[in-house]
Amino acid sequence: MHVPDGFFNAAVSVSAAAVAAAGVAVCLRGARRELDDRTAPMAGLVAAFVFAVQMLNFPVAAGTSGHLLGGALAAILVGPYTAVLCMAVVLLVQGFFFADGGLTALGVNITLMGLVTVLAGWGVFRLITRSLRGRTAITAASFAAALVSVPASALAFTLLFWIGGTAPVEIGTVAAAMGGVHVLIGIGEGLITAVTVGTVLATRPDLVYGARGLAAPLVLRGPGGESTVAPQAPAPAATPRPARPFLLAGAGVTLLLAGGVSHLASGDPDGLERVAEDEGFLGQATDHALGSWALADYGEVGGVPLWVVGPVGVGITLLVAGAVAYAARRRKGGAPGGTRETAEAAKTGGSVEAAETSKVGGAAKVGGTGGTGGTGGTAA
Amino acid sequence: MSAGHGHRLHRPGDTLVHRLPPQCKLAAVIAFALTVVATPREWFAAFGAYALLLAGVALAARIPPGFVLRRMAVEIPFVLFAVAIPFIGTGERVAVAGLSLSVPGLWAAWNILAKATLGVAASILLAATTEPRLMLLGAQRLRLPPLLVQIAMFMLRYMDVVAGEMRRMRVARESRGFAARDVRHLPVVARSAGALFIRSYERGERVHLAMLSRGYTGSMPVVVDLAASARQWLVAAMLPGAALVALLGNWGMA
Repeated sequence: MHVPDGFFNAAVSVSAAAVAAAGVAVCLRGARRELDDRTAPMAGLVAAFVFAVQMLNFPVAAGTSGHLLGGALAAILVGPYTAVLCMAVVLLVQGFFFADGGLTALGVNITLMGLVTVLAGWGVFRLITRSLRGRTAITAASFAAALVSVPASALAFTLLFWIGGTAPVEIGTVAAAMGGVHVLIGIGEGLITAVTVGTVLATRPDLVYGARGLAAPLVLRGPGGESTVAPQAPAPAATPRPARPFLLAGAGVTLLLAGGVSHLASGDPDGLERVAEDEGFLGQATDHALGSWALADYGEVGGVPLWVVGPVGVGITLLVAGAVAYAARRRKGGAPGGTRETAEAAKTGGSVEAAETSKVGGAAKVGGTGGTGGTGGTAA
Repeated sequence: MSAGHGHRLHRPGDTLVHRLPPQCKLAAVIAFALTVVATPREWFAAFGAYALLLAGVALAARIPPGFVLRRMAVEIPFVLFAVAIPFIGTGERVAVAGLSLSVPGLWAAWNILAKATLGVAASILLAATTEPRLMLLGAQRLRLPPLLVQIAMFMLRYMDVVAGEMRRMRVARESRGFAARDVRHLPVVARSAGALFIRSYERGERVHLAMLSRGYTGSMPVVVDLAASARQWLVAAMLPGAALVALLGNWGMA
């Protein structure tokens, strides 16, 4: 599954790297909220765990075996932000220390196996656990989340391949081959994920991030038989670091590369050019569009020069990725113990929330109401 | 699917390549990989020059060819895919030894094989000549976010510990006569994974407390001096520089 160098053309590799960098930047901030100052050691150990679990081979069907991707599992156990960081680090280490996965394809690999599996897995998990509660629901949701995450990753691979793959294979063939195997692998991944989450729930339910809403409040019973609910310690406020310069620089470099460097890869058709061409010639038969894969020399598309199409495409990609990440963040219930901040926010009215929202990353912190699906932050 | 990662790639030594600061080597390898990927697939001479360059680096670092070749096994899954492309590819067909192969498919297979092989060989040489910890510090100097570097450091440090736990659980399972043969055995494997997660997480908690008691405040002190001189940058730039010259030279001929 690790994509090597030369599998996708330069434009797709660069765009995917930009998406991966933006995703990881968002998650670096988010992970501090999930794990506060424990982020480095905990995420490091969880990354080592994901790495070890990826070595678990399981039989899929007669003769073939698959191994866990672990994205959905990590998202349910430690939360989506930390999970993306762990997957990114695992892929980074595999690329740099084990030569598994090309260095120029690192962005593609992180996008496919980190961002897509975690986003798809966590999205499905939240959808199910929102309406159903209880331990059984969480196990079932884990199964569905992992089951969906693997074909979603394969589908994203097929999509990238369609945009900028370097091999002239019918997209249907790729989709069928990738989809078929990965639905099977997804079932295996789903079973293992569900049982793993179930095992952890049985022993240390407090460790399952996805089950935080389930924890009953601690009740203290006094000698006289009176019982009081123990106040939960408020989560320490994370200090969001300004990631804006990093993001802006990344976006600038991306636009520059998409506009300029994509010309260099003249041997292969450029991915964004291809998409634009498909859109420009919608009326034509599809076999022409696929057959023209090997053609190299179309300089401009529908009168729009390539150096405009490239940056616009990258911009759209970044916007979509940003919107997805933003939506995923808003969907998430905060850590338990956020009630004090909520009360404060309610007292001072909407102005605080507006200020928090403009300070990217602060808003979701206000919205947390102990995993009960509170969405106070979204009201702003 | 990838093979297991049971072995590390680092091969200690004291050559010119080993002594270069990690950030120089990292930047050089990434620039080299970008050059390779940007090369049009028809320019055979350029690919030959890249291979010669890598062979030169291996020679300078005293890395035997067998070491590199053995480690290149990670590439096998995609080699299999590349071999399949000419058979399932579209477009003009050509008969080779009684087989009908797709011409664009052959080109694509060559493209993937050549670029992936060069990329893998370059990464292997980088990993073989750079200590993992230093490589991450070098990456930090190249502006990789420090938190990501710390996570990767912990992962590297505890990877073998966690993998060892898993191996012990596997030995325990197998010594009781267990072998994962079909889907019904998945729950057993999964319960091991659950136990492994709890052990990893609890170890993380202990490590964090141990770090706090030693004065951890959110960043790790860097005790190695990683400053690189202009001369070292120049030496490192020779690899991508020569590759770029080969690329441009081929452009001139084409």
